[in-house]
Order: sequence, then C-alpha cells, then structure tokens
Amino acid sequence: MKPRTYTHGIILGAFCLGFGLLLAVTDRLTAADIAARALEDRQNSLAQVIPDRIHDNNPVMDTVAMKDARGKEITVYRARKDGKVTGVAYEIFGSGYGGEIKLMMGVDAEGNILGVRVLAHHETPGLGDKIEEKKSDWILRFAGLSLGNPLPDKWKVKKDGGQFDQFAGATITPRGVVKAVHEGLAFFAAHKAQMTEAN
Amino acid sequence: MATQYKTIVRDGLWDNNGVFSMLLGMCPTMAMTTSATNGLGMGLATAVVMAASSLLVATFRNQITQEVRIPVYILIVAAMVTLVDLCMNAWVHELYKVLGLFIPLIVSNCLPLARLESFASKEPVLPSFLDGLFMGIGFTFALTAIGAVREILGSGTLFADASLLMGPAFKFMEMRVMPGDMGVLMMILPPGGFLVTGFLVVAKRMIDLKAGKAIQMGGAHSVAA
Repeated sequence: MKPRTYTHGIILGAFCLGFGLLLAVTDRLTAADIAARALEDRQNSLAQVIPDRIHDNNPVMDTVAMKDARGKEITVYRARKDGKVTGVAYEIFGSGYGGEIKLMMGVDAEGNILGVRVLAHHETPGLGDKIEEKKSDWILRFAGLSLGNPLPDKWKVKKDGGQFDQFAGATITPRGVVKAVHEGLAFFAAHKAQMTEAN
Repeated sequence: MATQYKTIVRDGLWDNNGVFSMLLGMCPTMAMTTSATNGLGMGLATAVVMAASSLLVATFRNQITQEVRIPVYILIVAAMVTLVDLCMNAWVHELYKVLGLFIPLIVSNCLPLARLESFASKEPVLPSFLDGLFMGIGFTFALTAIGAVREILGSGTLFADASLLMGPAFKFMEMRVMPGDMGVLMMILPPGGFLVTGFLVVAKRMIDLKAGKAIQMGGAHSVAA
C-alpha cells in the first residue's frame, strides 16, 4: 500500500523533532565548556598586550562598553593596580588586502602602547601574514610608541614617508595595521577620562 | 559476507576513493589542504560525520519514505556536523580554532550524501557503518596526502602543528623538510590545491593501470550493484 501524503510529513517531522532534541541536549552539555574556552581565549589575548606586572585584577572581568570612532560597539578591558587604572586594552580594526584585520591593543594610563596583537585576518599566507607574532617580530615594534612618538607624519609605512617597515610583496597590510594603531591611540586620547576613570 | 566487507574497505580506501576516484567533496579538499595537519583534521571530522550518518540512515532505512529521503539525509548530516562542531569547540578547542570555520562545510560536502543515497539507504546497519567509516578514512587519506605535498612544496614543513591536533606526544611528527624561504607560495594558495589534486588523481590512475586494473570511472555506486 502506498503511504498517504501526510505520512511523509509526519516522518519528516518526527526526524526533525528527534534530532532537534539531540542537538538541544548536546548544546546543554557543551555550553559551559564552550563559554569557558571563549573566556580563556580572551584572557590569553589580553595577557599578550597587558603585562602581568601592571595589574592585580582580572581585566576580562573589568570592562566598560564604548563605541569606537566608526560607531562600532567595543569592549574596553581595564588593568588596575590597587584600584587605580594602569592600562586598558581594546579591539581595533584595520583594513588590509584581504578584508578587515582585527587587532587587540593595550595602552598604559599615559597613552604609551603596551602591545599590539593580531586576533584575526585574511591576508595572503607568506606575504601579509607577517603581521602575526608567530611569523615575524614586526608587530612587537609598536610597544612603547605613543601619539607623539613618532610624530604624526611618521605614523606611516616607509613607502609613504613614515618610519614603519613594509613587507616585501605586501604594503597594504602593514599600512592598514599602522593606520589602525594610530587611530587606536587617537581614540584613547579622546576618551581617556571615560576609559580610565575609576568606578 | 567477508568478501563484501573486504570490498567495502578496498572501495573506501582506494578503488572508489571519494576524492581520487569519485572526485566528490572538492570544496573542503581544496580549502583545507594547505597543510597535512589541516587535511588530517578535516578528514577525521568528516569520517566521524560519515560513519555516524551512515549508521543512522541504515537504521531508519525502512522508515524513511522515498519522497522525503533527501531532506531527512540532509537533516541527519547537518545534525551530526553540528554535534561534532559543538563537541570540538568544547573539548578540542585548539584544533577548533584552526578547523572551526570549515566544519560547517561538511554539510555541503556531497560525499556523505552520495554514500547515504547509494549505499546506506539500501544496506544493513553494519555494512553501512563500515562504508561510511572507510569512505571517511579514504577521504582522510586523500586530504592528508594532498596536504602533505602542498605543505612540503609551499612551506617546506610536514605535519607542522600536529601536536595541536593530537596532543604533545605527536611533536615528533613535525618536520622541516627544507628551508621555509624555498617554499613555493602558490602551492598553499588555491591554485596549488587544483594542481596537486590533479597530479595525485593522475598518479592514482597510473598506479591502477600498472596493476592491470580497469580504471573505475567516477560514479557513486553501491557495492551490491
């Protein structure tokens, strides 16, 4: 006997229900671990740009939500020692050859860069990916710089008359990163009070 | 019975290999073989999904009606992929950071769907499970081979970061075959994927010809057929 039309619907519905339940259970079982991994990831990337010696709190837990220059919601992580804010870290975004470059940048209370690290990018392997710490020490050279050091017209890659090296075969990537870091510093200067006020 | 299982294993690993013979699943094959480790990880994830979904489809093969079989297959594959995705994110997070973006691609891989339609929907549970498993292992073998060739030519390493995939005990697998600056960048970019896959398909067919086997033309067929 040929099954009626609605039996197909019932069969499909039953499978959807069964596998839906299975997925719901898995989600429940893994949710806590996944959240913990996400927190560890953030802690690890923060530890790269905020040195241990300047804080005694957990910056992942001490955050303030702000809007960056492009109106994007960002989270500012604050490092404190004895209750005083000694540094902040926040995400900045550069435009590279393969799209957006996502970076994390740490700045101390005086506006000097503590460190910059790439979180995610789509640059060409072997050329543009030298912005990763794993591939080259280029990104480490930002540490210690500030808005006035070097002077504003030197905040460019060498090809554009600035002081930062470009890579052989890739200029657009470092240009995007240098610009993003410079803008990140300007953002800190403009919102210093809001970012560092103790509350 | 024993000969049938032998055929399933041989078909999956070599004779009817998903990549080298049937040329199925080319999207993850090209995207994920920039290194041997990536290929291995992607292959293993696919093998788990294939074995599990073949098992499930064979279990319910008498309940699934002809008219709704395709949506049910896709539902089952998608559910298994999501399961693997969640579990990897929770418990093998380092690998997930490397492969995470590509796990959802398994849903759109036509190799699992082809095996469900042509094998698991007609055969009993155990042979179907084995077919899914060995097709998956054959896929893993193919991806690892392509990845190894591309990695050696492109970056001069072999199995770099293998310890992220399988734990620190496998650190010994990480090798530097030649200096990194001798690497041909093109090999780890998309054109390298096409080139290496093409050459390995040719190599496989030449080996088959040498062995006196008739070249099996691409096609997803059932062992029983």
